[in-house]
Amino acid sequence: MRIYQSDVLCMGAGLAGERVAVEAAQAGFSVICLSVVPPKRSHSSAAMGGMQAALGNSIMGDGDCPEIHFNDTVKGSDWGCDQEVARIFANTAPIAMREMAFLGVPWSRVVPGEHTYYKGGKPFQATEKAENEGLIHSRAFGGTAKWRTCYTSDGTGHAVLFTLDNRLLQLGVTMHDRTQAEALIHDGQTCMGCIARDLRTGELVAYLAKATLIATGGYGRIYRATTNAVICDGGGQITALNTGVVPLGNMEAVQFHPTGTVPTDILVTEGCRGDGGTLLDVNEYRFMPDYEPEKAELASRDVVSRRMTEHMRKGFGVPSPYGEHLWLDIRHLGEKHIKTNLREVYDISTHFLGVDPVHQLIPVRPTQHYSMGGVRINKDGHAYGLKGLFAAGEAACWDMHGFNRLGGNSLAETVVSGRVIGQKLVEFLQGYETTFSTQATNEAALQVQDRITQLKRGSGDNCYVLRNAMQDIMMEHVGIFRNGKDLEAGVAKLQELLERCKNMRLEGNQPGPNAEMSMALRVPGMIKLALCTAYGALMRTESRGAHAREDYPERNDKDWLVRTLAYWKEGADLPTLEYERATPWFILPPGDRGYGGGKIIQGDMTNEKVIGYDQQA
Amino acid sequence: MGRILTFEIFRYNPLDPRSMPHMQTFTLEEQRSMTLFVALNQIREHQDATLQFDFCCRAGICGSCGMVINGRPGLACHTQTSDLPERITLHPLPVFKLLGDLSVDTGTWFRNVGKKIESWLHTNKTFDPNAQEERMDNELATQIFELDRCIECGCCVAACGTALMRKDFIGATSINRMARFYIDPRDQRTPKDFYDLIGDDNGVFGCMGLLACDDICPKQIPLQDQLGIMRRMVSIESVRGWLPEGIRKRLGGGCGCGRHK
Repeated sequence: MRIYQSDVLCMGAGLAGERVAVEAAQAGFSVICLSVVPPKRSHSSAAMGGMQAALGNSIMGDGDCPEIHFNDTVKGSDWGCDQEVARIFANTAPIAMREMAFLGVPWSRVVPGEHTYYKGGKPFQATEKAENEGLIHSRAFGGTAKWRTCYTSDGTGHAVLFTLDNRLLQLGVTMHDRTQAEALIHDGQTCMGCIARDLRTGELVAYLAKATLIATGGYGRIYRATTNAVICDGGGQITALNTGVVPLGNMEAVQFHPTGTVPTDILVTEGCRGDGGTLLDVNEYRFMPDYEPEKAELASRDVVSRRMTEHMRKGFGVPSPYGEHLWLDIRHLGEKHIKTNLREVYDISTHFLGVDPVHQLIPVRPTQHYSMGGVRINKDGHAYGLKGLFAAGEAACWDMHGFNRLGGNSLAETVVSGRVIGQKLVEFLQGYETTFSTQATNEAALQVQDRITQLKRGSGDNCYVLRNAMQDIMMEHVGIFRNGKDLEAGVAKLQELLERCKNMRLEGNQPGPNAEMSMALRVPGMIKLALCTAYGALMRTESRGAHAREDYPERNDKDWLVRTLAYWKEGADLPTLEYERATPWFILPPGDRGYGGGKIIQGDMTNEKVIGYDQQA
Repeated sequence: MGRILTFEIFRYNPLDPRSMPHMQTFTLEEQRSMTLFVALNQIREHQDATLQFDFCCRAGICGSCGMVINGRPGLACHTQTSDLPERITLHPLPVFKLLGDLSVDTGTWFRNVGKKIESWLHTNKTFDPNAQEERMDNELATQIFELDRCIECGCCVAACGTALMRKDFIGATSINRMARFYIDPRDQRTPKDFYDLIGDDNGVFGCMGLLACDDICPKQIPLQDQLGIMRRMVSIESVRGWLPEGIRKRLGGGCGCGRHK
């Protein structure tokens, strides 16, 4: 077995992984990055919209500050987030954006003078200040009090990812692409790296490191209809869960984006609505203001997705061979705006749907989009349960998003948490030495090898049948609206599926690159993640953010102002759930979000610590 | 019922001693809005699990799925079968190392060329976390982003006559990348630095001007223009020392258009 050794091992080389790698490499530590695809193809590249940071340069962001950003984030999370982490995030975001500008991101900039902007489909005039000319501009995204989202036309993720990856080239960081991490090397106390599979050759390779980072993105592919790339299968979370000692946080918190296209499930950016796009029903009637008079299309994503589903259930959906959908209308924004600021949207509509958005409506429906849950880490990025294990980005539950994240906050989180956690990781490494255990290494390698051998002997269903069955269960039982009966049935079906995995069969078997083997190795872990999601959702008897229980419609701050921690004990067929306080203290005590409606069961705040935004706890 | 599509797909697994390069035929019923992403996955899931190909974002953004589609390099994910005839022939992109069937190693190629052309912003400044960002004209930011949009899919390289003949040719993608840094005022490299990096037969002077790159770029990046701008700038730089002072002054810096450094 080939063995590599470095100070830092980054599993995943999207924005979060690369930002941490930059920090570690700048501090002089040796870094190896693993990625299942060439790093510039990471799913971060698909994020179009932008990154929230309270720079306040644009006229519609005038007077913005981190505290307002913090308040929006906490409300967006439906008070499910860790307020200490949300404050670190809001305070660091402006610095992280300026840093990316310094490294080469061509952010869109303020052009002084009068401009026509749109709000709710209606044009209005605003005058950008002359003194802010050339500073980073910002656009509107849902659930925010100010226009705060920094952007580069509609290729923000792409531009920032290329900039960071180029920085890694410059720093000489070792990149092993087409490599898939399969198991963490650990002794129950300390993480020492991982066993990975070389996707070019099929061999197993050991990576030993003092600090290991999981930054492998979300787990959207446990759902059939998802905007996520095909690689977003929760690989990193699976390795953490399989240790038995590292918990996953809030796995039931899954975001559905209001505007996935039909039938391809490709995301069209929230920037469409931010720039004034509207949602129409079968009668081409704009319905959102009826549900959300104030924010309309720009309420938070969980709310808009639920209102859309509600409206379709009332019979106002547009029928199609691919199921019901609604329309997104951006025609009034004009050809020039659509073809420059929303060009990716134009490309996607014309190439994948055969729709010209300058003249036609875009078919959309709520589609799985973002995983708020993930590897539970503390505010410094250290995973619970294992020393030397870190996580960042969508793979992690840091937890600034709680039960719903705001558009533009996750892309910002990648570089902000990458900066913060990268610095903490560097602090951890200063003067740190450890011991690499050959026993732990061999055990991890053997565990993966055994799974491969077993697959070659299996005679049951193939990996595609099992994966498709899981995805259908998740769509049917663990979707936008949830209830006890459906969730219970879903959990039982997933358990049965997990059992069937033990006899999974390979259709083909060949040396070298083997996509079927890669998928087959993933599926049991994905079903475990699906079970964490479904079971967590079943046990959480309240509605909060994206988690909407029809049988428990109230947000219950009395009993459920907590974070779910899911552990997987060896040989179990269900996760073990524990709970911890959502936040160590409050800056913004629980209240009404101001959109979305819904009742709240109030908790007892008499013994809770409440501090000011600028106050230390 | 839709058309019955016939796929002729290149098959070869270099790591399997029993494997020989050959074409294999698959048939599939066409569905509405079917892309090559949908079609290839259906073939793998239902007909032949050993078929190798690459997709990632399946939305035309990540550049994973470049392949030769009926003789023309393009992105499979945003190719609709309805735009193709009933017979669809798929080959892997040439130039890049073949990993298996339709899968090629673009990652290593781009990493190597990225190091060679020093594809990063060169500056001797250090970042000050307390300072406001440096200002930039929005028009310029947009121009930079226009060139930054390259997704490194490799289609332009696979379509390039020079790249097929000269294995170290950096390709239109790299010349465009250099053009992006050339117009970026944050990059402190001078025309001489660019001359040293790309002023040879593996760089701007290797191009034979066939310009298939410009024709096939899935992102419609103006590659021809960038080649022209960079070649002119580097050419002037190469003879700058011999030019009479009057002409030198008139040309100014850079490519001579008066707009660039």
